[in-house]
Parts: sequence; C-alpha cells; structure tokens
Amino acid sequence: MADPIEVSKLVKTYGSLRAVDGVDFVLHAGEVFSFLGPNGAGKTTTVEILEGLRQRTSGEVRVLSLDPWTESDRLKGRIGVIPQDFHFFPKLTPREALNLYAGLFGCKIDADELLARVELSDKADSYYDTLSGGQHQKLGVALALVNDPEVCFLDEPTTGLDPRARRSIWDVIRTLRREGRTVFLTTHYLEEAQQLSDRIAIINLGHVIASGSPDEIIARYGRRARVRFTGDPALVERVRALGLTAEPDNGGVEVEVGNQRDVLRVLETLESSGLPWRSFSTVSDTLEDVFIRLVGRIEDAALPTEEKGEARG
Amino acid sequence: MNPRRVFVYFPAFVKGYIRNPLGLFFSLIFPIILVLIFGAVFANSGSSQVPLTVQNLDQNSPLSQEFLALLNHTGAVSLSFVGPSVGNLSTYLSHNSLSAGLVIPSGFAYDVNHSIPVRLLVYTNPSAGSSAGIVEGAVQGAAYGMNLRIAGGTPIVNPSYLNVGSTIFTYIDYLVPGLVGFSILVSPMFSMVNISSTWKRDKLFRQLSLTPLTRGEWLTATLIWYVLLATVSAFILVSVGKLVFGAHVTITWLAIPFLIVGPIFFVSLGLLAGSVSSTPESAGVVGNIITFPMMFLSGTFFPVSLFPAYLVTVAHALPLYYVIDGLNNAMVFNDPSAVLKDAVIVGVLAVVFAVLAARVFSWREK
Repeated sequence: MADPIEVSKLVKTYGSLRAVDGVDFVLHAGEVFSFLGPNGAGKTTTVEILEGLRQRTSGEVRVLSLDPWTESDRLKGRIGVIPQDFHFFPKLTPREALNLYAGLFGCKIDADELLARVELSDKADSYYDTLSGGQHQKLGVALALVNDPEVCFLDEPTTGLDPRARRSIWDVIRTLRREGRTVFLTTHYLEEAQQLSDRIAIINLGHVIASGSPDEIIARYGRRARVRFTGDPALVERVRALGLTAEPDNGGVEVEVGNQRDVLRVLETLESSGLPWRSFSTVSDTLEDVFIRLVGRIEDAALPTEEKGEARG
Repeated sequence: MNPRRVFVYFPAFVKGYIRNPLGLFFSLIFPIILVLIFGAVFANSGSSQVPLTVQNLDQNSPLSQEFLALLNHTGAVSLSFVGPSVGNLSTYLSHNSLSAGLVIPSGFAYDVNHSIPVRLLVYTNPSAGSSAGIVEGAVQGAAYGMNLRIAGGTPIVNPSYLNVGSTIFTYIDYLVPGLVGFSILVSPMFSMVNISSTWKRDKLFRQLSLTPLTRGEWLTATLIWYVLLATVSAFILVSVGKLVFGAHVTITWLAIPFLIVGPIFFVSLGLLAGSVSSTPESAGVVGNIITFPMMFLSGTFFPVSLFPAYLVTVAHALPLYYVIDGLNNAMVFNDPSAVLKDAVIVGVLAVVFAVLAARVFSWREK
C-alpha cells in the first residue's frame, strides 16, 4: 500500500517569493509527523496544499493516492483538518457545529461522546463566541474528527494556548496515533514536536533542511555528547592529556566524549588528581539546540521581509 | 448540487442570522418603523384639504357664520379659528408657521346687509405651493355663492367632480411597495457585504470548504433565506400598511417574481462588493456607495413620478427602480403586462450578476 502522503519537488511561489522551494517528504501510515520551522518558513503553505486548500505551482503531491487540488471532493471525506487560526460561526454551539458537519459529511456521530473526547462537554450548548481560545481549538479538533479521518492535519494547533490547554491537545494527538491515524502536525514548539512525533522535518526558507526521528536528527546535527564539571582550572590540562577536547564553559568545563569509556576515563582522572571538583553531569543536545544551530533563534529566523498573511508557514 | 446538504446547512445559516439581533432588526423591524414614520408624516397628503386659520372679527354674526359654512362646504380647506385677542393675523400666522389665514372684518354683517362692498383679508404663502391657490379658490367660491344668493340668482353652470380610476391612490399605497423594495435591497446587500468580507477574514469559507458543502449549495441555502426574509417582510409591511393606514395594496401572484429575483440580484451584488474588497471596512464603504443612492433614488420613500426629469433618468438606471416599479404594478395597479416588463429586466440583471459573483467569489486560494 502506498504511503498516505507523498510529496516530491513541491514548489509554491507568490510573485517572486518562493514560499516552498523544492520540498520532498513521505508520511508512513500511522505515524505522527511534525513539520517544524520558524514563522514564514513555508509550513502552512505546504500543509494547505496537502489539504487541497491551495494550488501548488509545481511538483508532485499525493494524499491517500489522490491529488489534493483536483480530487479535493473525494479527499475531503477521508481527511480531518484543523487549520491555522481556526474560527467558527460565532452564534453556533459546539453541539450544533458537530451536527452540521456530520450532516454535511453524511455520517452518524455521537456528539456527546466526541465533545467528551476533547473535554468540551460542559460547553456543548454555549455559543462559539463565548468560548475561550483553548475551547475554540478543542472544537476545531472535534470537527476534524467528525468524518473519522484516515489522515489528520493539525496546523499549529496549540499556538497561543495556555500550558493546560496545550497538554489536553497533546493527549488528543496521542489518542489519534493510538487509533492508527496518520497525523501531520505543524508547530514551532520544539518540545511539542519532540514529545509527540515519530518523525520530524525541519523547514526553513522553503527548504527541508533536516528530517528523521528526533533522535536521528539530534545524532546527525547535534554536537557529540559531553560531560560537564566544575573544579580546579588545572583539571582542564589533565583531561586534555587523555586526548579529549575540553573547554572552559560558563564557570565549568565541558569535555566531548565519544562513548562510556571516555566518561569513565574523565571521572578517573578527576578522582586521581587530588584536586577539588564537583557537580559532574552528562550533557547532550536537545532538539531545540539542534534547531537553533540549524536555523538560528526561532523568533529571529522569520523571513527578512515580514511575510504577507497568505504566505505564512 | 446535493439538496440534502443544502437543507442540512440552511438551518445552521438561519440560526447564525437570527441569533444576531442587528440583522433581524434591519431586515424586519426597521422597515416597519419606516412605514409607520413615513405613513404618519404623509398620511394627509392624499386628501387635499388645506388648513386655513380664520379670525372672525364680526363676533359670530349669523351672516359671517353663513359665509364660513359656505367656505367649509367647498371641502378644499379645513378651518381653525382664532379670536380677536391674537391681534394682527399676519403676525400670528408667521409666528406659528401657518401658511394661510382669513380675516372677516368687524361690521361684515352690517355692510353686507346694507350692500356696502366688504373686503375679506386672505393671507397666503406663495412658497407653500398649490395650497395658496386652493385657499384663494375656496374663498372666492364661497364669496360668489354668497353674492349669488344675495342677488337672488340661481347657478346655471354646475360642475360635477369625479375621481380618476376606481380607487383614490394615496401616498401610503406607493410607500408600502417602496418599502418592500427597501427590504429586498437592504437585508441581502448589507449582510452579504458583511458575510463575504468578514467570513473571508475569519477564514470561515475555508472552514466550509473542508466539508463536502459546495459553493453552489451554500449560495442556494443563502438565497432561500433571503427570499424567505423578503417575503415575510412584504407580508408584514402590507399588513401594517392596511391595518394602520388603510393602504390599498395586496400581495398577488404578480409580486412573487420580485420577491424571488430581487433577493437573488442583491445577494449577488453584495457578494461581489464584498469579494472585491480586501478588508471588511473597505467592503462596508463599497456596499454603502452602492446601497444608499439606490435606496433614495429608486422610489423607495417617494414615487419616482414626483422626481424632476433628470432624477427620473437616474432612477431608470438603478436596478431597484424596476423592483419597486414592478411591485407597484403588481400590488397596487395589478397590471400583468407592466409587471412582466419589470420582471424581465430584474431577471436578466440577476442572472448576469449571479454569474459574475460566482466567478469572482472563491473559497479556495490559488
């Protein structure tokens, strides 16, 4: 069976701006795939092309073996989408919204059960415009699930939410994965991607610059593992004598280590030196360290000219 | 086009509409307020009686009473009286914004009885239009009548007054179809301009496009609602016009084309205006530029027949004119051939604008 999402050489231009510039990736069935990148990197443009909301300039895109632009009508019933900046009709209640969707998709749902899943039961009959941002987002998730989709697209589902609301969205995403659905998540929260994803692609300025599981990305683009301690400055030379790279760093010393033996050799050297030392720890790069090394600080990495609303990513 | 989806979506759209009190106010309540206000202000314009203030300085002599009875009998003026205490009548009239007055001098009866020519003072305001001539004619008529009786003569030439047509059409008869036209214009225009721009901003069309609902189904549900709204509004306005002001209007089958095609035209126009604007604010401006001239110049509040020639030309260029003219022909004059002409014009315009709107209005982005 073909992979649920296949993208190759995808390009989208807005005038002279190449928002997406030759992107390739594949989603395997049942995995959570995160598309990470700073604002304006091309995330939303890509995901909207996959959802059939936007026409691509060139390249090949298949979602569930369908062309999302020309075969949108057949695709709609099989995918669930929470777009970025999800809004709904202000004077409808979540229950009415779900029943409307069920009617339009022509499927039977248990609105109470669906609302309970996203923890929105107590607001089932309140107008949308009286709900909080987190509750709006939960309704968006519930709406995306009405048609029991095979593939779910979540475009920055937790942006602007408080930590509690964010965690309840995460729980829903984990449940989607348990149910065997394929999830395409875009986010600029690295912690979110690292916690939820099977695989990640990092996109910047329209290019995928790294992809793989979080561990693979860290292993490939992160620095080597290190140990860190504080102690007598003379210890730096003793450690270097082992043939390891040691650098004073922020009041302590960091030593690059290749394996567990190196760690033990550093410990032995410290212990046998007779010099004072303390707070020995191992240090490894997080996804955030890698991300910052690859694209710079997230906030600083936006396109030089502030992207126009439509070209956000 | 899947009718099932149209009828699934329709109640959701209607709920969204009627839960917003402002929309319902403008589409149903506001036209009623207008019919009550305009109806009350111009209620008397159908009867041509001109108010005339009389100062009788002859202390109610039988002869002056006889003269006033003759004057009253003309039916052209409605009399009200002031006493000698108000002083100079001319001053009194101008202080009280009255346009016509009559002074019967003291000694009127004595002079008449002794065949001494007597002078009646008639004050009129030439700027008050035809009312000055009506007052003069009425006073003169009463004076001739009295002279004739004193001379012992018999009237030989006697006119007989009849009305044109079987019914006397008054202002309210034109106002009711005009305001039905107002409803057909205002509720779809204002809300479609608003919907097409704010839904675009809030990405609600994008949200709908994620479901199997198509643009055509959406538009159909929307049109059904505005046709329904126009029809309900028409029935309310006709009822209020009949009950409160005794208007001679009826909703006949001939009015139906305008209650259907009118909303289709204005929904398309509103959609077009909202779609070509980049923000809800600019859409509002575009909408007002289209709506307000049409509202005032199409015979909504005043019959176009009262307009000067150049404004009639302008009116003939406005689509709403043909809606209101058609409604007048249907509801007041019951004239099928005139209705057909108006219905064809509105129908062609509706088709053209619906096609245009369908081309410009898009849910997905290229």
